[in-house]
Amino acid sequence: MSWLDAYTAPKQDIPPRVYLAISTLVAALLMALWCLLSYGGLVREDFLPTPDAVVRAAIAGIRDGSLLVNTAVSVGEIMSGFIIASVLAVPIGILMGSFKVVEAAIEPVTNFVRYLPVSALIPLLILWVGIGIEEKISVIFIGTFFQQLILIADVSRSVPHDLLDVSYTLGASRRTVVTRVLIPATMPGVMDTLRVTLGWAWTYLVVAELVAGNKGLGYFILNSMRGLFTDRIFLGIAVIGLLGLLTDQLFKAGRNWLLPWAQDL
Amino acid sequence: MRDAAGKAKLRISSVTLRFTPRTGNPVTALEDISLDVGPQEFSVIVGPSGCGKSSLLRLIAGLIQPTSGAIYLDARQVTRPGKDRGMVFQSYTLFHWLTVRQNVEFGLKIANVNSEQRARIARKFLAEVGLEGFENAYPKQLSGGMMQRVALARALANDPEILLMDEPFGALDSQTRSLMQELLLKIWESSHKTVLFITHDIDEAILLGDRVHVMTARPGRMKEMIAIDIARPRSVDVLTSAPFAALKRRIMALVHEEAVRAMG
Repeated sequence: MSWLDAYTAPKQDIPPRVYLAISTLVAALLMALWCLLSYGGLVREDFLPTPDAVVRAAIAGIRDGSLLVNTAVSVGEIMSGFIIASVLAVPIGILMGSFKVVEAAIEPVTNFVRYLPVSALIPLLILWVGIGIEEKISVIFIGTFFQQLILIADVSRSVPHDLLDVSYTLGASRRTVVTRVLIPATMPGVMDTLRVTLGWAWTYLVVAELVAGNKGLGYFILNSMRGLFTDRIFLGIAVIGLLGLLTDQLFKAGRNWLLPWAQDL
Repeated sequence: MRDAAGKAKLRISSVTLRFTPRTGNPVTALEDISLDVGPQEFSVIVGPSGCGKSSLLRLIAGLIQPTSGAIYLDARQVTRPGKDRGMVFQSYTLFHWLTVRQNVEFGLKIANVNSEQRARIARKFLAEVGLEGFENAYPKQLSGGMMQRVALARALANDPEILLMDEPFGALDSQTRSLMQELLLKIWESSHKTVLFITHDIDEAILLGDRVHVMTARPGRMKEMIAIDIARPRSVDVLTSAPFAALKRRIMALVHEEAVRAMG
C-alpha cells in the first residue's frame, strides 16, 4: 500500500496524472448523480432538469439571441463597474498602505462601508440612480471598490521596508522610490487582488439584476423561475460559472504574461 | 589607520539614539558612540544581538537620525541617505521585477548614466562577483548566495565612498557563507574600498577586518577595539592559524561578557 501512503501525506505533491484522474472522477460522479436523479425520475423535472434539457435550452437561447444579449449586458455591466472600481482602488490602495496620512484619512471610512452588505444599499441606489445600468454599475462598484482598497493597502503595506531603504542608499529620491520600487513591488499582489475581486463582482451583479432589471443573466434566471423553466435557470447559472472560470484563467495568463518575474501562483 | 592628514573617512561623534515605543518607556538603543573608520579600512562591529549594531549602520546610511551627536563622511555631516554610502542588507533586497543586470544598473540609471556606460559597469561588477551569464536572469531564478552577490555588485556599481554591510551573509548556509567571505576578501583586497561590516559571527569578523569593534549590550556603547594584525591577502586558512585563535579567544570573552549582561 505504498501509493496510499504516498498520497495521504500532508502537503506532498502527487503525480499530475493522478491529480487529473481524481478531478475528472469527481466531476464525472457529480454528472452521473445529476443523470441518475433527473433521468431516473427521482426528482421532478420542474425541480431538476435533465442535462439534455439544459443543452436544448442553450441552443434555443443562442438561436433566439436571448442568451447572448443577456450575457453581453451582464459582461458589459461587470466590466464597467469593475474597471471603474479598480482604476480608483489600485492607486488609492497603494497610497493607503504606504502613507500613514492617507491611511488615517481613508481607512476608518472604508472599514465602515465595507461591512455594509451591498444588498442593503440597493433600495437607496434605486432611489438615487434608478433601475437602469447605472444601478448595476453602482452596486458592483460599491461591492468591489472598498474590498479592493483594503486588500491592495495590505499588499502595499507588506512591501519590505528594506527594499525602500536600499533604494535610498542607491541614490533614489522619494518620488523615485514610489514610482520605481514601491509600485512595481505591489504589482503581483495587485493582480491577485483584482483576480479575486472580479469573482466577487459577479455575485453583486446577479444580486443587482435579481432585485431590479429587465436585462442580464440575473434577470434571465429570475424570469425563467417565473415560468418554472428550470432548464433555463440551470443554463443561466452554468453560463455565469463558465464566464467566471474563463475570466479567472485570463487573469492567470495575463499575470504570467505581464509579470514574468513574479513568483508563480 | 588614518591618512596623511590624519582624517577619518567616516567619523561617528558622540552619537546617541533614543526612541519611544508605542507602548512603554523610552529606550536608549545607542549611547555616546564615537568611532572612526579610516580611508580604505575594513572595520567590523560585533556585539550581542539587540545591541543596536544595525541601528548604527542605518544612522550612518542616513535612514534614521540620531537623538544627539553627529556623523561625518569625509568631514561632511550626514543628514540623509545618499549614494556615497552604499548598503548591503541581511534580507534579500533585489528588485524582483528587474533582471540581474538591471538591478546592478539601478543606481546608475537614476543618476542618468548613459546606457553604454551602465552596461560596461554592470558587466565589470557582475564579473567580479562571478555572475557572468546571469545578466538576464530574474532574481526568482537565483539562490540566496547569488542574490547577495548581485546586491553587492549593485552597491559597488555606484562606487560609494563607504560600503555598509549589515550581516550580509547572515541568512546563508555555512558553506555559501564561507565562499562569500572569500569573494568579499578578494574584491576588497583588489579595490580597498572603505567598509563598515556588522556581524555577530566572530570568525567572520577576524577573517575580514582590519579592526574589530566590540559593542556592549543595550544600551549599545563601544566596549573595545581590537586590531587584527593578520597579514593580507587572507584566505579562509586564516581560521586555523595560531594568531587567529588568540584573537578569537579575546573577542569571544568580550562578547560573552556582554551576552551574559544582556540576559542578566
